[in-house]
Amino acid sequence: MARSVTNQRKALNTALAWAVGLLIFFPILWTILTSFKTEAQAIASPPIFLNFDWTLENYAVVQERSNYMRFLWNSVIIAGGSTLLGVIIAVPAAWSMAFVPSRRTKDILMWMLSTKMLPAVGVLYPIYLIFIRLGILDTRIGLVVVIMLINLPIIVWMLYTYFKEIPGEILEAARMDGATLKEEIIYVLTPMAVPGIASTILLNIILAWNEAFWTLNLTAAKAAPLTAFIASYSSPEGLFYAKLSAASTMAIAPILILGWFSQKQLVRGLTFGAVK
Amino acid sequence: MKNALRAATALALVTGAAQADTITIATVNNGDMIRMQGLTEDFTAKTGHEVEWVTLEENVLRQRVTTDITTKGGQFDIMTIGMYETPIWGANGWLVPLDDLSAEYDVDDILPAMRGGLSHDGTLYAAPFYGESSMIMYRTDLFEAAGVEMPDSPTWEFIRDAAAKITDRDNEIYGICLRGKAGWGEGGAFITAMSNSFGARWFDEDWNAQFDTAAWNDTLTFFNDMMQESGPAGFSTNGFNENLSLFQQGKCGMWIDATVAASFVTNPNDSEVADKVGFALAPHKDGIEKNGNWLWAWALGIPAGTQNVDAAKQFIEWATSKDYIELVASKEGWANVPPGARTSLYENPNYMEVPFAKMTLDSILSADPNNPTVDPVPYVGVQFAAIPEFAGIATEVSQEFSAVYAGQQSVEEALEKAQAITTDAMEAAGY
Repeated sequence: MARSVTNQRKALNTALAWAVGLLIFFPILWTILTSFKTEAQAIASPPIFLNFDWTLENYAVVQERSNYMRFLWNSVIIAGGSTLLGVIIAVPAAWSMAFVPSRRTKDILMWMLSTKMLPAVGVLYPIYLIFIRLGILDTRIGLVVVIMLINLPIIVWMLYTYFKEIPGEILEAARMDGATLKEEIIYVLTPMAVPGIASTILLNIILAWNEAFWTLNLTAAKAAPLTAFIASYSSPEGLFYAKLSAASTMAIAPILILGWFSQKQLVRGLTFGAVK
Repeated sequence: MKNALRAATALALVTGAAQADTITIATVNNGDMIRMQGLTEDFTAKTGHEVEWVTLEENVLRQRVTTDITTKGGQFDIMTIGMYETPIWGANGWLVPLDDLSAEYDVDDILPAMRGGLSHDGTLYAAPFYGESSMIMYRTDLFEAAGVEMPDSPTWEFIRDAAAKITDRDNEIYGICLRGKAGWGEGGAFITAMSNSFGARWFDEDWNAQFDTAAWNDTLTFFNDMMQESGPAGFSTNGFNENLSLFQQGKCGMWIDATVAASFVTNPNDSEVADKVGFALAPHKDGIEKNGNWLWAWALGIPAGTQNVDAAKQFIEWATSKDYIELVASKEGWANVPPGARTSLYENPNYMEVPFAKMTLDSILSADPNNPTVDPVPYVGVQFAAIPEFAGIATEVSQEFSAVYAGQQSVEEALEKAQAITTDAMEAAGY
């Protein structure tokens, strides 16, 4: 009896999990489906789910109109570069906060997080003027730096949480064995924190890939990533929903595939230390 | 030695004169602009200059180019801007005056209403790529079935009666579809143009807000009542695209909106009612001569400070020329040429065969940005007031109006709030 109840509950939980999963995934699925419709089918009322004449025309139009590979390459450089730079800065910062905390460590962490609460548009003009002065408007290096700075609090916080789970005695033992600070971080701490660092990197690549405010406002023709590619197909005066969906699908495809293959590491990293 | 130096100097001058530049153009995503991008090779072949396009959604573009021009960022050599920005930016010295265009360009051929709206103190600051007004697009078959005949210049009362007669909610046919979506360029533009035809105005001659007048109350009450009677459900969130979609699917008896929509609703590839569409002037109120239509142009301007002024001017001359119109007509047909910018287009018998050509011209000619209202006003602009504060104020005001359409507040409450919002903002701005 007890087993049957457990099985029933299991089935219910599974069904519920699938339902929630599908609900979350539905907008993406709808975007992908719309990308294969004609513009007339895309706006049909009632909406057409699967019973339409599938076409690749939208993809052909998008390919012809835009240099997708240039936008993609910019996205890869900006997302990858900003994450790498962020991790290089955040690992020593999180190490010091986790293993050599001071009286103000908690305050510093909170202050770092509080910068995320500022509306981005509030600093648009100062940042824009700094970029003009430095001559880095519409450059990938400018975007790498600004997106790294935006995501740095999250990277530090995540790494800090993972590092706190690692017993300090292990690091002390390494020190006793004569390891220098650099060796301690590279050869002892980092290997133990690999799942956490991996999930931090993955999450930050996703955040950087999807960042739209700064990438739209600080780029023009040269450094524009895939967010600008999508924005070029949106219009309040004209029906371009099918083409917009094709552009969106092409923009999210790489990160969706990356997320799909790395979901195990991502989940493991995000739940690291959640259950004690 | 001397000869060699002379030859080198001459060569340098020749190559300098023919120097090929790369210009960056910020533009919006719509059919005409995309067509222009596709034809850029013609410009490059004629001048040697390369073009890089930055295409953005209209609101993103507006924010992007405003940031760049106010900070002198220098990211763009040409910006696509509208009738609202051009006179303000021109007055601020942010745009290069287009007062030395070539004789072949024939600047006097630009429609006077467009030229006036894109100038400041008589100087042209942006050249119109295409212009538009608003007009009525209606279903001839539904009108015939209802036994109603559309006059060329109907009154609002006629439109309301006709809409009620056509409405068949059981079959999802709505007598009239209009913009109710918040935003100064969406529902705000429509209600402002409509208010002109009811004798209302945004400001009196001393810049005092006028939402506490009977004319504004009549406008908003009439619009809301008519749409509640005969409009589609949820019209408070409908903008251009939502109404276009409804009309193309045969769900609207009438749609009053941008004249450029005429080419969309008569295109058999996209519209189910392509061969059943008639056109008429935007309505006016009985006894008032002003029609409720607006005037707009997407135009090309050069930000002051760009390093490529000459190449940018060459591009503008190419893209807004008579030859460009001929080029588009030869490749895509006369119905797809950029409308509403040049007088000569409307003297061309080929173009006048396009079903909506005459009504588009009549609509443009009936809009006067310098005298948009019945009573005098201190501002220029039909569906907007060309002052920097307007976009912010009108967005807030249109949000209050949309709340009326959604049934969240009364007309009186919305107008009271609109009066307060506008008065506060204008006082804060020092008017």
